[in-house]
Amino acid sequence: MSQGPNMVVCIKQVPDSAQISVHPVTNTIMRQGVPTIINPYDLFALEAALKLRDQLGGKVTVLTMGPPMAASALRKALGHGADDAILLSDRFFAGADTLATSYALTAAINKIGAERPVDIVFTGKQTIDGDTAQVGPGIARRMGLNQLTYVSAIPSIDLEAGEISVHRRAEGGVQVLKTKLPCLITMLEATNELRRGSLPDVLRAERAEIKVWNAEAAGVEDLGKCGMKGSPTKVSKVFAPKPRAEKAKMITAEDGAPASVAAAAVETLLDADPRLLSVLTKQTTVA
Amino acid sequence: MAQAPAAPPAKGRKKTEELPEHLKAYKNVWVFVELEHGRVHPVSWELLTEGRKLADALGVDLCGVVLGPKAEGTEKAVAEAFHYSANRVYVIEDPLLAEYRNEPYTKAMTDLVNKHKPEILMLGATTLGRDLAGAVATTLQTGLTADCTELAIDDDKSLAATRPTFGGSLLCTIMTRAARPQMTTVRPRVMAMGDPDRGRTGEVVREPLDMAEESIVTKVLDFIPDSDTNQAQLAYADIVVAGGMGLQRPENIRLVVDLAQVLGAEYGCSRPLVQKGWMTADRQIGQTGKTIRPRLYIACGISGAIQHRVGSEGADQILAINMDPNAPIFDFAHHGIVGDVLELLPALTEAFRKRLAVDRMAG
Ligand SMILES: Cc1cc2nc3c(=O)[nH]c(=O)nc-3n(C[C@H](O)[C@H](O)[C@H](O)COP(=O)(O)OP(=O)(O)OC[C@H]3O[C@@H](n4cnc5c(N)ncnc54)[C@H](O)[C@@H]3O)c2cc1C
Repeated sequence: MSQGPNMVVCIKQVPDSAQISVHPVTNTIMRQGVPTIINPYDLFALEAALKLRDQLGGKVTVLTMGPPMAASALRKALGHGADDAILLSDRFFAGADTLATSYALTAAINKIGAERPVDIVFTGKQTIDGDTAQVGPGIARRMGLNQLTYVSAIPSIDLEAGEISVHRRAEGGVQVLKTKLPCLITMLEATNELRRGSLPDVLRAERAEIKVWNAEAAGVEDLGKCGMKGSPTKVSKVFAPKPRAEKAKMITAEDGAPASVAAAAVETLLDADPRLLSVLTKQTTVA
Repeated sequence: MAQAPAAPPAKGRKKTEELPEHLKAYKNVWVFVELEHGRVHPVSWELLTEGRKLADALGVDLCGVVLGPKAEGTEKAVAEAFHYSANRVYVIEDPLLAEYRNEPYTKAMTDLVNKHKPEILMLGATTLGRDLAGAVATTLQTGLTADCTELAIDDDKSLAATRPTFGGSLLCTIMTRAARPQMTTVRPRVMAMGDPDRGRTGEVVREPLDMAEESIVTKVLDFIPDSDTNQAQLAYADIVVAGGMGLQRPENIRLVVDLAQVLGAEYGCSRPLVQKGWMTADRQIGQTGKTIRPRLYIACGISGAIQHRVGSEGADQILAINMDPNAPIFDFAHHGIVGDVLELLPALTEAFRKRLAVDRMAG
């Protein structure tokens, strides 16, 4: 293989959740005017793909499923240097949970691969707004890709042999894994920093035509597996977290001096939890 | 007495909300006991504790699933699952399960589910549990609700799984009425761990893996343990001290570390400190960091945004120090001090040092 890996990066447009609030009376979400961003975790996936392209050549296609306005997320990704962008958009996709989402994305990735087989599919570790960490494994399973989650580094890739090795964050350590292409990689956060787009990329992105595929164009075979219909999970209610009944009791001291307040705080904490002292002395005598 | 009017025909629930006949045989609550390198991740015991409540509410058995190599650690995990109230444990012992890999673990779990048919399957939302849960749910074509913070049994005996959404500003309850098993993951330290009953035992059901190493594409070349790399152990710390933007400058992190040292505590931070590179990502507390559940949490110069709150409000006692009396942290902290952390932190360190010295002399 001389032409470098064919890569697809799945991204999602999400509301900037820092700016979402709940109406205090009606308890409904106030989303109006909340700006959208590319799911922050997906940026690490995009940069990882761009880095591989720097090394080996090849192609990076960004793919998203969402409403027409999600095109702006793709445009942004093009501005950072992605080669091609596809928006998967159809009312049949609305209300999809992770299972239905991975079904539709899989159809689209297969379609992209019809031209030239896809070697690596990238996703972020999770999204900030809803489905967490399952769309990646879902795609891998459906496409029969080797699944590499929580990847922190890609030390080697051998296109000739069709092999890749990665560092994968595990509980209590890092696994060094070797597997065959094609594979799916979910990138761990904070493993790289997304490059700024070059001026030509930014200009190209502004003018670029974003391909929009509906279910038919993406080659989706079973509409019953898409959207709300194809989602085994249903949201039964959405509500705001209960505020705690009591506010914090304030610790003060008559003279207001930090030392006096601190001494009062120590006594308050030890009084409130009689076993705390033994935990403290046990831990600190060793030191 | 007038005859009560005939009940209206049951409202035609959409097809996707009714449990198909062939899935009604699915019974019992299962918990995946996460075993790696001979050690069980404590989240497994937290899930068994929670699973016990669900099994009791349904009037069914609570079962553990242990996958691992034939080894002492595996047998110990089985015995301990009973201590944490499992009635039955399904075990697959095979050398191919020595190191976690998605392929053999997915096969082991889906085979067990297809044969023994649980109605609920719970896994820890660890890197291993999430990797496995996504693959298993897709293979079984069932619903999976991730990172749940509350689990309950609904009127129609379905699992009501509640999880934060929109960055923790809201909670949503999710149901999987028409597919089985109903799968969930729960992050470590979100559920409380019960006390083990060392006298308990139960039934062990062993099954084979039926797989050959040649058929597994992915190979583990190496495992680099974190003990070699100095990772923070926040999730299971008894005491945690954390700093936020109120610290103002990176050099003031020292004040947090000093207090933590005197208390034998772990230290952590809010997200902006990680973004600024003042602390490493493994020390971030909150929705996109670690969930902590210590005896004591001391939050210094942290505003208490919802994303921070969801990761820390499980602490038994929270002391917050903040200059702003209206900071949201005081809405969920138990004790508060209004003042400057840069003055109060050294004072608190000194006050604890003195208090502990007195106690040690006395003891
Ligand atoms: C999707 C998403 C995920 C997120 N995940 C997390 C997460 O996991 N964890 C997390 O922590 N945040 C998270 N955040 C960020 C979160 O919304 C807040 O922005 C963040 O927690 C604020 O950090 P802070 O309280 O340290 O800083 P600030 O909000 O800047 O607050 C600083 C506080 O310090 C006080 N202060 C200032 N000077 C002093 C002084 N000298 N003495 C005493 N007090 C002082 C101020 O009164 C203020 O309350 C997330 C946000 C988003 C959108």
